[in-house]
Amino acid sequence: MSVTQAPGQISYLSDGYTLRSWLLTTDHKRIALLYFAAITFFFFVGGIGATLVRYNLLSPKGLLGSAETYNRLFSMHGVVMVWFFLIPAVPTTLGNFLVPLMLGARDLAFPRLNLLSWYLFILAGFVALYALVIGGVDTGWTFYTPLTTFYSQGHVVATVVAIFIAGFSSIATGLNFIVSIHKLRAPGMTWYKMPVFLWSLYATSVIMVLATPVLAMTLLLVAFERIFRIGVFDPAIGGDPLLFQHLFWFYSHPAVYIMILPGFGVISEIVPAFSRKELFGYKFVVWASIAIAVIGFLVWGHHMFVAGTSLYSALVFSILSFMVAVPSAIKVFNWLGTMHRGFIRFDAPMLYALGFIGLFTMGGLTGLFVAALAADVHLTQTYFVVAHFHYVMVGGMVSAYFGGLHFWWPKITGRLYPEMWGRVAAIIIFVGFNLTFFPQFILGYLGMPRRYSAYPPDFEALNVLSSGGAAILAIGYLLPLGYLMWSLFYGERAGANPWGATGLEWKSPSPPPTENFLTTPVVTLPPYHYAWAEATANE
Amino acid sequence: MNLLLPQASVNAAEVDHLILALLLVSCLVLALVFGLMLRYAVKYRDGSAVNRGAPGQKTWRLEIGWTVATFVIFFGLFLWGADLYFRLFQPPQDALQIYVVGKQWMWKVEHQSGQREINSLHLPTKRAIQLVLTSEDVIHDFSVPAFRIKHDVLPGRYETLWFQVEKAGVYHLFCTQFCGEGHAAMIGEIVAMSPPEYEDWLGQTASGSGAHESMAAAGEALFTRYGCSGCHGKGGVGGKQSGVDAPALAGLYGEKVKLDTGAVVTADDRYIRDCIMSPEKQRVASYPPIMPSFAGQIDEESLLRVIAYIKSLKPTDSQ
Repeated sequence: MSVTQAPGQISYLSDGYTLRSWLLTTDHKRIALLYFAAITFFFFVGGIGATLVRYNLLSPKGLLGSAETYNRLFSMHGVVMVWFFLIPAVPTTLGNFLVPLMLGARDLAFPRLNLLSWYLFILAGFVALYALVIGGVDTGWTFYTPLTTFYSQGHVVATVVAIFIAGFSSIATGLNFIVSIHKLRAPGMTWYKMPVFLWSLYATSVIMVLATPVLAMTLLLVAFERIFRIGVFDPAIGGDPLLFQHLFWFYSHPAVYIMILPGFGVISEIVPAFSRKELFGYKFVVWASIAIAVIGFLVWGHHMFVAGTSLYSALVFSILSFMVAVPSAIKVFNWLGTMHRGFIRFDAPMLYALGFIGLFTMGGLTGLFVAALAADVHLTQTYFVVAHFHYVMVGGMVSAYFGGLHFWWPKITGRLYPEMWGRVAAIIIFVGFNLTFFPQFILGYLGMPRRYSAYPPDFEALNVLSSGGAAILAIGYLLPLGYLMWSLFYGERAGANPWGATGLEWKSPSPPPTENFLTTPVVTLPPYHYAWAEATANE
Repeated sequence: MNLLLPQASVNAAEVDHLILALLLVSCLVLALVFGLMLRYAVKYRDGSAVNRGAPGQKTWRLEIGWTVATFVIFFGLFLWGADLYFRLFQPPQDALQIYVVGKQWMWKVEHQSGQREINSLHLPTKRAIQLVLTSEDVIHDFSVPAFRIKHDVLPGRYETLWFQVEKAGVYHLFCTQFCGEGHAAMIGEIVAMSPPEYEDWLGQTASGSGAHESMAAAGEALFTRYGCSGCHGKGGVGGKQSGVDAPALAGLYGEKVKLDTGAVVTADDRYIRDCIMSPEKQRVASYPPIMPSFAGQIDEESLLRVIAYIKSLKPTDSQ
């Protein structure tokens, strides 16, 4: 750090240019960028998997010509996207960058733990890439036993070790956020003055800390059974294959909320900012997040309605699955309520947010189909389910991530992205996404099973349509990579608050100084105190 | 491309009604969400001169309103789906049983009268069918979209699935639980025929190549070969004949059995299987624990035949 300049004069980006100053940093903003690089890399690795999957399905016989290759590709796509993109994406990039800024703090509670979490993530990433390069796995991302523990020819152990390590990175991040939100709020920032983004990350962190250890234990048992033939899950040696599914989904269903809750948080920031109006029903949105985090732990059995569990447990899991959809619906209505009587602008972040609301609603509604028991029997394990969770994960979560990335890009980099390109990309992604995944709902209803490398010719037309949409979607995702990079060098310089948004992060310069704030901010106003409220208050 | 999936089973139409109702609710909600979004986007766009009015009060009334409305609609859908599911999985008493063994990567079918097929299943229409499903290796899933049914096929245990086909025809059979390299090739066809045609098919298949004896007859030979008759007696009449303290098996199927734990269970296919493979888990009350486990000794298809034989045994008057 330069000693000739007063603190707060140098942005975190200019505070040292050496590799060492980046790799040994404990600044949450730099760690966020380290994560951003890693996450972006894995997004495109997983994307290559998706591209080849869609390429293969252009023809009923499978253009790749090898079932084994196809199986390894979709497994790779799932593993990479779930654990190396969707779960860490918002918390470790936008979350790491914004949590201290929104709290009015200098850094997270445990800066070195934060750096450690990145190194754990990178280690996990290298192990995953190693597993991939030596041949990958052929089990799907769900690792069902005894296929995974005995019959699979793939590199199961290396892959589950990678996920095991990545889990610790998640736990460290979650712990850091929980402690920071409890202890580091600026004077005057009561719980109900926190932006909803912080509430969402709080709920997410609780799930990460409580659920991830269950996954870690389960994966260790998988590795032990595979290496030492200890009978846990394989009935041939005295195990129970359904036990694996219970344990796996006890983590992996809450994991869906780890992915989507931060997305809700992002949308709850963007919609008020571009409607110039406070968030409608703030406390309801907040408690909806908490309700989702709690009920989310009690719905795992809905993945097993046809797996051979008891009829009565199916009944309980079905009603709870409907229940968990209620708070999500509440959020959608509150975002619409926020737009009502607003002064709505349509910058790229808002376009992503509107896309999110539409696509997430479709994902949520199709979730009702598979929560309703008799309908699930027909639709589960088919492309209907594939379409449903892509609407939530990609249409929802990835749209929110891109929306947030554009919204806070000026804060992170100090530069504006080219607005026109931002809007074009948002629209291309929306169109491409629907073309890719809407046909899959119909395919699923018609009975096309998931994870088929080849399929009966009846399904060809819809598959070709879906692959065509995927090509458009790929262009949509490549565009931001180009213009955001461009903006780093040629983008217009952003002021502290280019959107006129509320929130402490906008009170700091763009990009913020290493210390975040020169003086500790004091919070007096409620969150989302937009001009609309001021104008009407003056009347 | 055929966008209409045949409704070939009794329950298919009912499942479709439920899906249609879900679709209708979804379309209404989507119309509401997209409608409001578009309306607000136009009406309240920045720069439009429309009067925004005073800030809304008592938002909690709206919140409670849409929360309750959502809850009520969801609860209705839940009840509908659950009711149908319960009926979908409760087989009628007189269902015709057919045995299916999944293995990487094929479906093996055996009919009670001994006909065997691979990756195809012939069955009569207008009659309740109950499949007894098991797997030799990994988890598979028996799925027939035209019947709107699907169930996982697990190694080490029996699962059952019932349906009744209304329309004769040939329908897709898919494995829908990822089961390894040949997963996509684990497909077959369901051939549904009118009852007389089915009888013809059974007759032709029986008189064709390879002598087919019924499953029960094949099971009788196995009952002796595996030593079952040594304790349970010839014809499964029990220990009185053999002098060993073993329960009678004749007339057992479908009866209530009291276990030494005090629990009472119904002697169905799964119970008999468990008694053979892991007898220590559910011992009949008042019998000593001398039954050996046959786990790893007997293959799935032979086991099904032994069970078919036990099921065929009628209670004798002397018992």
